[in-house]
Amino acid sequence: MTWVTIGRLEDIPVRGARCVDTPEGRIAVFRTADNQVFAMEDSCPHKRGPLSQGIVHGTSVTCPLHNWVISLESGSAQGADVGQVRTMAVRNDNGTLLLDLAELRIAAE
Amino acid sequence: MTEKLVIIGNGMAPGRMLEELFEKAPGAYDVTIFNAEPRVNYDRIMLSPVLSGEKSFDDIVIHDDAWYARNGVTLLKGARVTEIDRESRKVTAADGRSATYDKLVIATGSTPIIIPVPGHQLSGVLAYRDLDDVDRMLEIARKGGRAIVIGGGLLGLEAAYGLKRQGMEVTVIHLMPTIMERQLDPPAAYMLKKALDDRGIDIITKANTKAILGTDKVEGIELDDGRIIPGEMVVMAVGIRPNSTLARAAGLEVNRGIVVDDGMTTSDPDIFALGECAEHRGVCYGLVAPLYESARALADRLAGGSAEYQGSVTNTKLKVTGINLFSAGDFAEAPDREEIVLRDASAGVYKRLVLKDNRIVGTVLYGDTADGSWFFDLMKKGSDVSTMRDTLIFGQSFQGGAPLDPMAAVAALPDDAEICGCNGVCKGKITSTITGKGLTTLNEVRAHTKASASCGNCTGLVEQLMKLTLGDRYNPAAVTPMCDCTDLGHDDVRRLIIAKGLKTIPAVMQELEWKTSCGCAKCRPALNYYLVCDWPDEYADDYQSRFINERVHANIQKDGTYSVVPRMWGGVTSASELRAIADVVDKFQVPMVKVTGGQRIDLLGIQKEDLPAVWADLGKAGFVSGQAYAKGLRTVKTCVGSEWCRFGTQDSTALGIRLEKFMWGSWTPAKLKLAVSGCPRNCAEATCKDIGVICVDSGFEIHFAGAAGLEIKGTEVLGQVKTEDEALEHIVALTQMYREQGRYLERIYKWAKRVGLDEIRRQIMDDAEKRKGYFDRFVFSQTFAQVDPWSERVSGKDKHEFKPLVVTGFSEAAE
Repeated sequence: MTWVTIGRLEDIPVRGARCVDTPEGRIAVFRTADNQVFAMEDSCPHKRGPLSQGIVHGTSVTCPLHNWVISLESGSAQGADVGQVRTMAVRNDNGTLLLDLAELRIAAE
Repeated sequence: MTEKLVIIGNGMAPGRMLEELFEKAPGAYDVTIFNAEPRVNYDRIMLSPVLSGEKSFDDIVIHDDAWYARNGVTLLKGARVTEIDRESRKVTAADGRSATYDKLVIATGSTPIIIPVPGHQLSGVLAYRDLDDVDRMLEIARKGGRAIVIGGGLLGLEAAYGLKRQGMEVTVIHLMPTIMERQLDPPAAYMLKKALDDRGIDIITKANTKAILGTDKVEGIELDDGRIIPGEMVVMAVGIRPNSTLARAAGLEVNRGIVVDDGMTTSDPDIFALGECAEHRGVCYGLVAPLYESARALADRLAGGSAEYQGSVTNTKLKVTGINLFSAGDFAEAPDREEIVLRDASAGVYKRLVLKDNRIVGTVLYGDTADGSWFFDLMKKGSDVSTMRDTLIFGQSFQGGAPLDPMAAVAALPDDAEICGCNGVCKGKITSTITGKGLTTLNEVRAHTKASASCGNCTGLVEQLMKLTLGDRYNPAAVTPMCDCTDLGHDDVRRLIIAKGLKTIPAVMQELEWKTSCGCAKCRPALNYYLVCDWPDEYADDYQSRFINERVHANIQKDGTYSVVPRMWGGVTSASELRAIADVVDKFQVPMVKVTGGQRIDLLGIQKEDLPAVWADLGKAGFVSGQAYAKGLRTVKTCVGSEWCRFGTQDSTALGIRLEKFMWGSWTPAKLKLAVSGCPRNCAEATCKDIGVICVDSGFEIHFAGAAGLEIKGTEVLGQVKTEDEALEHIVALTQMYREQGRYLERIYKWAKRVGLDEIRRQIMDDAEKRKGYFDRFVFSQTFAQVDPWSERVSGKDKHEFKPLVVTGFSEAAE
């Protein structure tokens, strides 16, 4: 595990997302209505749409380009669509958000 | 040979009678109606939803002008009959219009009782009887203040609820110890009073009005005990008196009402009486169901039959949203009566059945009224209930062993069980009409059988019958739900947002029982639009419920970059504007600059992080957002018009700019594109726009409902106006009508197709008051909407949108 501090919970709008830029690409960090936080690659498996720009509802996000619905928990496309987004672990330590970049790092090496 | 049938009165009873008559004996009569009210026949029991704002007058019209024309009926509107001359068989109205008859039907209805306390003639003392009363109430309600309703009966409480919904403070004064004492026993009355208290309606029982106070208009009332209640309006809802003056003057036998026999005939064999003015076997009815039953009998008689009206057993339902109440029969306690009571205080359920000789004689249901029609049926038929007495109170589903599902309960009803109390329609009639006429939608069933066409309380039962009869062929989703989060369609949601005063997305989801915790990407933007539109001053726009383009005020492209389109009013630009754009292109290395179809310039391929800086530079040159991304006003395309063109008839460019400056910033159900052409050569292509104007020598021809996208469709003509000011007012009013009625993402041409072009023309072109109302509401909404989103963001709004949370190199990730 490689935990990196990325900011505070309140930096992300409720039912919204912010991005974390890494050498391996952009990560979208989502905050749900009940303050759960999820992270995944900011790229829809369909046509690489920026998921961070989508509408967050329940524990899903709808891609802004063609309305694919992606589960924030599993990263998989919902409904009839098939596809998978790589997810990362996020930790909420009393409001401080930490992102696990281990996997990305391995990919980078 | 055709006989002459004259009808005095145009209420629901004669309306129904004529429908039956035309079906039984088409063409038998030449019909003339004298109507004291200046309008067509409408559903009087639905006045309460009109008062509360849950329905409009148009929703409750039963017979429109076309119906009268189709059936060859001469309808004399605003003709109040003053004399019946039985000698020469002639009826004369106050304005001199007259008609002779072979058969005459008196259907003069009733007059509300106004208690003659001091002050009862003051302005602001109203009855609750017809649309004029409702209009006057709404007029006073607009100014706010307190309404005092005298009379805590059915009508009084519905009036109180409606006025409360219209934003007034409301006090109900009731003479008796409990409200609706004729229909409710004290426990049910208590529950109802509590529910109304919760809705902010004060109810004072055992209170007698001594005087209405005020010098020329109402200022309050004084009670017998000296209490003074200030208020701006007094509504008297203490009862009705059959309107029998005309009949009495004509020498017909009159008691409380006009006396009729079982054939609805008065003491003159060629004169009949129908409706609330009639007295049958000593009873004057005031509810719609018995009046419709007697209307049927009379229609049969007039068609040459011999039907006999036998009197009616009645039931009552209160039309207050969220309160379920059913009452029928007699529930006074007596030594020979027994009762069965079920109470569930926490669930707000109270049921009471009064039995005599093992037969139901009275029913009061509060909270759960699903079994009302079943109990009512048992009561009307006088069925012996001794065998099911143990489980009777639990309702029909619990009879005969295992609980039945609701469908099975409906299936088990006998064919002659009444489904629709208002219109007296039984199950057999509905099912046979469905199969006989091949009906598949609720509206068709309503049109052909009248079931659930009046108060609508039995809609659920009718739908279940359709499902039983049609099986899979019945698609209840004739109303398509907004999305998977709800079963409600867009129109219901819009109606309920207003009716229930819902002002946030969580409130809508809570009150309308959303199935998901926070909606989805389909319903949230729709709800956000409805709330922005309906409560412009109160609703706080929910940015997280907007599609990305409307959240960051630019258009997302396939690679995640954005395009930026500044407004060019009417498509007119200048050297300094073009220079500013060129500088932005250079500074931010904009990969593509493109002229759009809407006469402006699109800068494509801008990084999201750069957007505020791009806007700042454009803003310095005077540009504001072109809202090329909005479900709202986009472009107003123009030609050069009379300023330059040798064919131009009007200054189309100036009108286009004026329209754009007036309307920019407004949100609409879907995108809205306008165009103004200076002559019929139509260089601005106005006839395929959402709204277009074709200038002509004599003025401005307003077009709407065109499309040039997925579908191609020429516009329809709304109408022609003479001046630029009028053109602006009409276009703005049309836009507001669309804003208020359109479903989210429904383009104006689809909306127009749905509501009907004639209806839109009628409201916008012919009804100056409606038009003014729409216009004013648009203008009010604009005071909150016309804020340039770009300059807001340049000044720091939503800063987080345009910056990554953090930029990390892996070296920092040491822990």
